[in-house]
Order: sequence, then structure tokens, then C-alpha cells
Amino acid sequence: MKKEDLPQDPGALANFTREVCYVKNQEGKYETALSEGWDVKKEALDNAWVDVKERIEEARQAVINGEKSPVYYFMELRLMDIPLLSGYTGFLGFFVKRHFKPSIFKGLGDNKLKKYADAFDITLDELKNFKG
Amino acid sequence: MSYDSQIEEFHHVQTAHCENGVTTALLRHNGLDFMTEPLAFGMGSGLFYIQIPFLTVNNGPAISFRTMPGAIFKRTCKSLGVDVKSKKFGSPESAEEFLNKKISEHVPVGCQVGVFHLTYFPKEYRFHFNAHNIIVYGKEDGRYLLSDPTMEDVTSLSVEELNKVRFAKGTFAPKGHIYYPENVGIVSDEMIRKGIVKGIRRNVRDMLHIPGSFAGVDGIRYTSNNIRKWRDKLGLKKAGLFLGQIVRMQEEIGTGGGGFRFLYGAFLEEAAAYLQDDRLIGISEEFTKSGDMWRGSAIQMAGVYKGRLTEQQSFDEIADRLLEIRSVEKEAFLKLSKLNLGK
Repeated sequence: MKKEDLPQDPGALANFTREVCYVKNQEGKYETALSEGWDVKKEALDNAWVDVKERIEEARQAVINGEKSPVYYFMELRLMDIPLLSGYTGFLGFFVKRHFKPSIFKGLGDNKLKKYADAFDITLDELKNFKG
Repeated sequence: MSYDSQIEEFHHVQTAHCENGVTTALLRHNGLDFMTEPLAFGMGSGLFYIQIPFLTVNNGPAISFRTMPGAIFKRTCKSLGVDVKSKKFGSPESAEEFLNKKISEHVPVGCQVGVFHLTYFPKEYRFHFNAHNIIVYGKEDGRYLLSDPTMEDVTSLSVEELNKVRFAKGTFAPKGHIYYPENVGIVSDEMIRKGIVKGIRRNVRDMLHIPGSFAGVDGIRYTSNNIRKWRDKLGLKKAGLFLGQIVRMQEEIGTGGGGFRFLYGAFLEEAAAYLQDDRLIGISEEFTKSGDMWRGSAIQMAGVYKGRLTEQQSFDEIADRLLEIRSVEKEAFLKLSKLNLGK
């Protein structure tokens, strides 16, 4: 990539930093240059977030419909999956899956719920009282 | 308190990739002023390609354009006769204690962190990715002073914030991983030349001779074959997300552009000067070509996830282009292997 072709399309990095890219200068040698971003990858990132938000919304609906527990919703909200949530709580994946069921979630004690609340960075009450 | 001080002479270095940056800045801090990002990347045999079969990460294909996390630092240090100190911890308390000890000894250290809880990162970039690397170089008013190599300027985190990212969970969980070079002696030009040759040879091995069909240059073909099937198998929407994930792995902050291929081109240019071997300049050009082709394919992939390209023909064209890239890279590595460097 030639230095003059380096895109400067502002994206999510705008107020954070410009990024180092390796480009060819006029003598045909490599040097570094700072880029504000590139629309091609910005669209990819934006798209990924649209997908994440859809998953969160679906999870919210599932809680409203009584199909899933708040654990499932907050897992999606925090971009987690079962193995990761398992890592943060110490519960085996099998149990995490069980805790997605509203009926089983209702019977969970505060000790267990606290582990989920900590993993999600929310309070115990927020977890218990989430209705969708 | 004795550790309430920053390491005065530490100089922040901004690089494309975090691990290259930590390697470069820490070695420079220890007196190896010649160290550059491309040199660290090349001596550490950083260029790679892999798509791990049947695995998805963040709901997309598990693809990487570079070698295993941690490998570049270790290999580059080893080549230069530098000892690597590396430690993981069972608890945040012990990890913090050790970090404070190093700071009080005026030793800047590399720390592996997860980015999901990294408060200074833009929200859009905070996925659960645990192989980010930063340097801690001091502590002031209860905050750790940090050099994040991907950023233009230095930054800081509170004690709680740093503990949290050092103990992120999931794949590549850092477990407080801390690392730094020790016993840095005098490095001769001959050692640098040997390190360069070793780095190139190992990269040739990784890209051409790694067993299996999903890593090295053959990994590019593996992905190409996948892409042909994605439209029918996944549907347009999901296929677009999968292609988007490739583009992000390839072009996002940290890659230097073109899936690290430009960075490798820059390394070969530096290698040519050290080894006084102009043949490497020609091969550097081929990696520039490959990087440009990867960027071209990213533009085509964007056509799919922007909804402009919807036909199977477009998926086939993208897949074909990846096969061309594979040929270019295979040729380039074959040429490197035939140079008989250092013999």
C-alpha cells in the first residue's frame, strides 16, 4: 500500500487513537503512517454490533415470554457465551445451561446469584428483578 | 511508598501490534536501541495463517493472520541471548504484589490483559479478547501508569481496573501473566543477523511445512473452500458476518494493514540491509503484493456484508482471489527457503 492510498476514514477509534500502518513512501521504502481508520473494516465492526444487538433483543424477548431466565439475557448483554460465563462464575457449563430455565433460576440462592451478578457487573437486585 | 514512582527513562513506543510493541519498547529500554517493530516481528516469525476448523469465536470463524500469542516476545529475546522472565498467578493479590515489586525496582514489565473490561478502550472494541499486551511502567497517586503500544499516548488504570483485566476469564485467560527481559547483554551485529535468518527459516517452516490443511499457506485454501459454501450453508446475512470477521482479523488496529503482510515486507527490507542481501528486497515486494491483494479481497467481502453483492458468483470470486493470494505467498516463502541464508 502506498502512503498516499492510506485511508483516513474516522470510525470507533476516533477519540481514542490513530493506528500505525505500514506503507510505502515515494522512494518505494517502507515507513509507518497513522491512519484514522478504513470504512471497509468499520462496516464489518458496525455489522458485528448490529448482530450483537439483535441477539440481546432476542434474549430480552425470551425473558419477557418466560422462556429464558435473566442469566441468559445478561450473558448476551455482556457478549459472553457458556464457557466464558462458566469461567467467570466457576459453575460448570451444564449448570449454567440449567440456570437459563426460569423455573430453576427462581430457586437459586443468593450465593449463586451473587456470582452471576459479579460476572455481569450488576447488583443482585438488578439480576433478580429483571423482567425484560 | 517506594513504588510510588514511575520509571523515569521509559519511552512509549507506538506500534501496529501490541506484542511487537511491548517487545520493542522493553528491549529498547534495556539498551537494545536498534530494535524496531518489523525486526521483532520477523525475528519472532510472526507471520502466519490459520483457520481452526469447526470453531467459532464471537460468532464468526476462528482465523488468525499471526503466530501464537507470546511467541514473538519469547523467540526474539531468545535469539538475542536475552533471558525471558514470565510468571502467572493464582490470585490477583499475589499478582499485584509482584507487579508492585517490579515497579519499585524500576523494571517496566509486559502484562497480558483482556480487553472486555479495559476501560480506556472504545466500547466498540471491547470484545472478550484476552491476548492484549501492555507495559506497566510506574504507579502514581494509586494509579498504574501504562504504555499501550497500539495507542499514540500513554494512559493509566486504577488498581482495581488493572487487576480485573489481568484476571479476565475465557480463552487465553491471562492469569495475571507478567513478563520482562532480563540479563540483556551486548548484542553484536552477527547475533542480529543470525536471529533474522532463524526467524525467516522458522517462518518458512510454519507457512509451508506445517502439518494439516488448515494452517500456513494451505490454511488460506481451507478458508477459500469454506467461503464457497457459506452463501448456501449460512445464508447471506450470516455469511456476511463471517466475511466481516475475516476482514477485522486482517485489517483491524494491530495488524499494520493487509493481515500483517506489510509488516513482514518491512521486516524483509530491514533484513536486506542487515544481511546486505538485495534479493530480500525483491521478496519484500511480493509480501507487499500479497498485502495489497488481501486488502482488495476485503473490499470485495465488504460488498457482501454491505448487501451489494448477493450472488454465488461473488463468493466464488472472493474464494478464487484467496487462492491467488495463497500462490503469491507460497512462491514468496519458497523463494525465501531457497536463498540458503546464513550458509
